[in-house]
Amino acid sequence: MPAPTCSSCHAARAALRRPRSGQALCGSCFCATFEAEVLHTVLAGHLLPPGAVVAVGASGGKDSTVLAHVLRELAPRLGITLHLVAVDEGIGGYRDAALEAVSSQAARWELPLTIVAYADLFGGWTMDAVARSTAGSGRSRSCCTFCGVLRRRALEEGARLVGASHIVTGHNADDMAETVLMNFLRGDAGRLARGGVLGSAGEGCALPRCRPLQFASQKEVVLYAHFRRLRYFSEECVYAPEAFRGHARDLLKRLEAARPSAVLDLVHSAERLALAPAARPPPPGTCSRCGALASHTLCQACALLDGLNRGLPRLAIGKGRRVLEDKPPLSGNPSSDPAASQGPCTCEQSRDGATLCGDGGDRAEATCVLQSDLSPTE
Amino acid sequence: MCQAGEDYAGPAQREPPPVPRPGREQKCVKCAEGLPVVVIRAGDAFCRDCFKAFYVHKFRAMLGKNRLIFPGEKVLLAWSGGPSSSSMVWQVLEGLSQGSAKRLRFVPGVIYVDEGAACGQSLKDREKTLAEVKLILQNTGFPWHVVALEEVFSLPPSVLCCASQEPAGTEEAYKMAVDSFLQQQHVLGVEGYASPAQGEDQPHPSHSQEPLGMAGSPIAAQTEALSRLFSSIRTLTAKEELLQTLRTHLIVHVARTHGYGKVMTGESCTRLAIKLMTNLALGRGAFLAWDTGFSDERHGDVVLVRPMRDYTLKEVAFYNHLFGVPSVFTPAIDTKAPEKASIHRLMEAFILRLQTLFPSTVSTVYRTSEKLVKAPRDSCATGPSGPNCLLCMCTLDIDTADSATAFGAQSSSHLSQMLPAEAGMPTPPNCGAGEGQAQSCHRGVGRREDVQACIMEQLCYGCRVNMKDLPSLDPLPPYVLAEAQLRSQRAWVSREIQEYLITDDDEEEEEESRAEPGHTQPCKAIKQEGENTGIGL
Repeated sequence: MPAPTCSSCHAARAALRRPRSGQALCGSCFCATFEAEVLHTVLAGHLLPPGAVVAVGASGGKDSTVLAHVLRELAPRLGITLHLVAVDEGIGGYRDAALEAVSSQAARWELPLTIVAYADLFGGWTMDAVARSTAGSGRSRSCCTFCGVLRRRALEEGARLVGASHIVTGHNADDMAETVLMNFLRGDAGRLARGGVLGSAGEGCALPRCRPLQFASQKEVVLYAHFRRLRYFSEECVYAPEAFRGHARDLLKRLEAARPSAVLDLVHSAERLALAPAARPPPPGTCSRCGALASHTLCQACALLDGLNRGLPRLAIGKGRRVLEDKPPLSGNPSSDPAASQGPCTCEQSRDGATLCGDGGDRAEATCVLQSDLSPTE
Repeated sequence: MCQAGEDYAGPAQREPPPVPRPGREQKCVKCAEGLPVVVIRAGDAFCRDCFKAFYVHKFRAMLGKNRLIFPGEKVLLAWSGGPSSSSMVWQVLEGLSQGSAKRLRFVPGVIYVDEGAACGQSLKDREKTLAEVKLILQNTGFPWHVVALEEVFSLPPSVLCCASQEPAGTEEAYKMAVDSFLQQQHVLGVEGYASPAQGEDQPHPSHSQEPLGMAGSPIAAQTEALSRLFSSIRTLTAKEELLQTLRTHLIVHVARTHGYGKVMTGESCTRLAIKLMTNLALGRGAFLAWDTGFSDERHGDVVLVRPMRDYTLKEVAFYNHLFGVPSVFTPAIDTKAPEKASIHRLMEAFILRLQTLFPSTVSTVYRTSEKLVKAPRDSCATGPSGPNCLLCMCTLDIDTADSATAFGAQSSSHLSQMLPAEAGMPTPPNCGAGEGQAQSCHRGVGRREDVQACIMEQLCYGCRVNMKDLPSLDPLPPYVLAEAQLRSQRAWVSREIQEYLITDDDEEEEEESRAEPGHTQPCKAIKQEGENTGIGL
């Protein structure tokens, strides 16, 4: 059976079928459509006003690579300038290879690149050190919890360094769908109520963040990278298998097999959720130590680091949060003292740019990020 | 799992608190006397009587807390034959009996819907099932109705209209109703307001069903139409959804014609958690509160109530086993279907599997569902709610004006430019995107694509996605098609005369925005005319 012709330009031979609609397109028409859709997302949602200095969170993976490439193409039309910001979490054998990819991309596209490292920002704590600290007693680690919060803070720092006005991340529709599934399964009404679908507008001192790829499905992102011949780093983080997000991801794959539009249906559902006002988190203030956005006295990043420095990594993850006073930080030497408490919650999503740091840990309905019992009562 | 307060119960990694095994030394945790026979949650061993008390109390508490069911009201119990609804019927039966403390005060009826045609069962199997069903129904002593799903083909289009709602009862109204009811009873001095006496009178009128009558089999033409409809649907997901929709419409219709104000369905906590996640995946995130909450007033005068929503399937199963609650097994449309056949099956398997890893999954999802509210969308918070979905009767959740959403991304204009070349592509209908819809619906109502498009635009997002799995909307029951046509004609008519109508909005806009001549001209013209002829405003 001869290959069909592209249904858009009717000239070239069709090279692929769009996962969403089954339409047959040639490579260049598909890429053009993809870019047009991202442009539409940005314009319709007023995500990036003209003149914005945009910090692109670049991890070297397929999503941020595609994001950087597309935004670079669209930059003249949108009137924005781009900076790449890469975060070095200090995960040996994984992040260093990814950073090489980012560096070569930056060189090829002639975009300025800034690398911020956990080790510099957070007093010597790399993710490997955190993992060692939280490992103890053979239980699964909760290092994904730390990574997510700290990375977000690191991105913000990096963005400030380059003088950016907006932060963009490469979350695609699959990520959004997984997030909403996960939040329901964990009972995280606070996160659901924040409605992080359209990105956060930036309250107080936090920079506005958005996700231009949020309506593009993962398969299309991969296809785009293929047709534009983009090189990216495609391995999984060494700590990823322990995250709860894996369950949601697995479910999403099956849902997509049963019904191809399931991903966008989930995103639509997430947009239209109506939660009780009582479930919404209180309006945030500022952290007393670092001045960032925070729901409590200390922002989540400072609280986590405090716990690590004191040798009690779970201090900020749980009911002990309530009693956490604003004590001066100890000089941070990674302590190998295992956690005093039990029951880690390892669910934290590895990349959830929508979370503000420090969601209400006091309420019983709060996310597992903050809740694991310090005292052994079940 | 990751849920507030719960620990990650990785396999063999957590030491569960020692479960007191019911041995001779163990006693029921509640009364500390009887021998425990069942363990509900980890560590809660109940003896038979305490379990029964706990179970019954939950049912009463659920009804009492919500105060929706007024005394003396007629309530229709939707019984599917399965364990949860059988348990519900049993609870009502016991609650109304003479001996029970604080008798329930409403007047029940039972309905059973025979879905054999949709599931592809032969007439013989259906008759066998019906015989068992009737036996159980007769033993309850309530007025009962057995209807076949084929009867949707003789439903009137008014089923899809949200009938005017009686004002919701307030606290005072409820208390007053209870007081007056008690007074009545006192005056009558009769103990037998209860059902046993009624039960003997009623079966005769209710025995003769809808015109079909259960004496004969359902009309063959309708059975064929129903099986044609269901076999034309491509996916099992859409089949299940359509089946639920049709069943609900049928039950509501029966309730209306026989004067029932409430319908009780027996969905348990487990089923509702699965339903919530399924509906999320189907795109019905806006309507979760209606689909899984305690009460569902979409249909106006008939309110669906879910009194079993606090019971896990485990508790129901234990109760049914210990106390001999009769139930009938009927194969459903997805019986023996493989796990990945439909979204419903997938979600069910997923949740049940996750429940074994993290025992709090179901209760977490349930608790989250309690935080959902039945709120209109922020953008259309104006007084009268927008148009309702044709099939599920919820306010439409798609806004064609709002393109910065997932729906907007799917139906945006640059996609539609690519489409004209491909006529038969399964893309989302673009009818919602422009003004072309009015002309197309008016001009070619007879043309198939336009009829389809007209129907599609009257559906909510979730129903649209389901209907895409039907290659043609013709096999749908006539009441759906008739109502769709009625609505589109009404919409067209109102668009035609819109500019001549004087509404309150026109007056306000005139005063506020005189800078918009184009907009207010027709209104000004009318107003001037009115003044000229002496009809002031």
